[in-house]
Amino acid sequence: MMDFMAQRPVGQEFVRHVEDGCPYRADDVMKPEQAVSTGTTLVVAEFDGGVVMCADTRTSTGQYCANRASRKISKVHDRIFVCRSGSAADTQALTSFVLHYLGQHAVELGKQPTVNTAANLFKIMAYNNKDHLLAGLIVAGYDDKKGGQIYSIPLGGTRVRVPYAADGSGSGYIKGFMDANYRPGMSKAECLEFVQKATALAISRDGSSGGMVRSLVITKDKVEEAVIEGNKLPVDL
Amino acid sequence: MAAVEEPQDYLDVLQSHRGGFSFENCKRNAYLASQVAIKPPTAMKSGTTICGIQLKDVVILAADTRSTCGPMVADKNCEKLHFIAKNVYCAGAGTAADLQHTTEMMESQMELLRMATGTQPRVCTVVRRLSSMLFKYQGYVGCALVLGGVDVTGPHLFQIYPHGSTDKLPFTSMGSGSLAAMAILEAEYNENLSVEEGKKLVAKAIRAGIFNDLGSGSNVDVCVITKDVGGTILRNFEKPNERKFRAKHAAFPIGTTPIMKQEITKLVSVEEDVVMRD
Repeated sequence: MMDFMAQRPVGQEFVRHVEDGCPYRADDVMKPEQAVSTGTTLVVAEFDGGVVMCADTRTSTGQYCANRASRKISKVHDRIFVCRSGSAADTQALTSFVLHYLGQHAVELGKQPTVNTAANLFKIMAYNNKDHLLAGLIVAGYDDKKGGQIYSIPLGGTRVRVPYAADGSGSGYIKGFMDANYRPGMSKAECLEFVQKATALAISRDGSSGGMVRSLVITKDKVEEAVIEGNKLPVDL
Repeated sequence: MAAVEEPQDYLDVLQSHRGGFSFENCKRNAYLASQVAIKPPTAMKSGTTICGIQLKDVVILAADTRSTCGPMVADKNCEKLHFIAKNVYCAGAGTAADLQHTTEMMESQMELLRMATGTQPRVCTVVRRLSSMLFKYQGYVGCALVLGGVDVTGPHLFQIYPHGSTDKLPFTSMGSGSLAAMAILEAEYNENLSVEEGKKLVAKAIRAGIFNDLGSGSNVDVCVITKDVGGTILRNFEKPNERKFRAKHAAFPIGTTPIMKQEITKLVSVEEDVVMRD
């Protein structure tokens, strides 16, 4: 089921040499179209009783903005969501696979799946196909076992549980802000403000992030979505 | 000569039995193309302007009609609006051959689905099938689509990129003239527009592409998809580039060329001898 090439032992991969003067046909030289990539800012943080996820809404193709109101936070189950960065096609495909597997798993289980399971599924797919994918993911949600959790799955396919995370091209501008201002045990309102502010700061410095700030608050009881429009961001530009 | 791919170990044997795609030659070819000065031939790409808008209970798509082959115009009045189902149409930009095949394949899939389930196909079905297929081919199938339709759940408009990513939007444009078209749509789109106003808006957006983008040109095709009627293509809805000064050339009068000699040769001789046998 998983990519066979990825399971091949290290060093077994052999390079096929092509000698000079190879009579290849010139017409099988092809180049794929330019990929749609989410130059992104994603910010996620844990608080007392849940998690807050936040993302900008810009999707770009090279220098052009393909979608200015996109949703980079996707649902994988009732209380489990994922923030996507990297190639839009890759992360969408990955998410729909996990959505499918987790849905089946939940039916078999007969109860809500854990965030741990969802993150692990993402990790397996991201790691096994790492040579072909460009996907940075943050899986977050709430379950009764461990409460609010955040798992960061960066490019190589490693999986780490973190209290707060930032990803995407805009994250570099706000890592210091987050380290300085994050406190464990914040209230919901405090945490939401912190996360939205961090995203807005990244938007103001990063050219490939922009548009609006979409946020999601996941707690035991409900999931609340909010949007701050681009002209009402909580920063002085 | 290129090394023939012989199985090197049991893994290769296993791999060859698995089937599936191998993109290894693509990497090799890209490498060769960068090392040697070969110019890869270019497929016919429709430098295009396409766009679509979603209104209260109708979706309107539009496209220009120029198809290019490098710097040359290959077809001055081609059709870029494709039929997928009675209630789903799509406008395509990118490689002409890929677009034609992909949309025809989707058309047949949707017809089979309709006959198997006895229900009208849904827009999300088409989107999922297209994006799965395009993702599988990793961008090598050059289809950039604006897909619209009206189904039991209402009107829907999607854009689909060659790599298989999808977006659901109230208005979109794609192709080389998408920037010009988007400028018009951003300025004038409103979800409360009437169908007539909508048709005028998409035509104006395409006109912006026709006049300002070198890859787009000729006429405007419009497709209106409603819940009751389904899709209707308004071919050459606008013709902003008609020839104003066509050479007036009266036909030569009969007899202009004198007949010097006339000869009729019988090539076949028909014999009517019929022999009856009992």
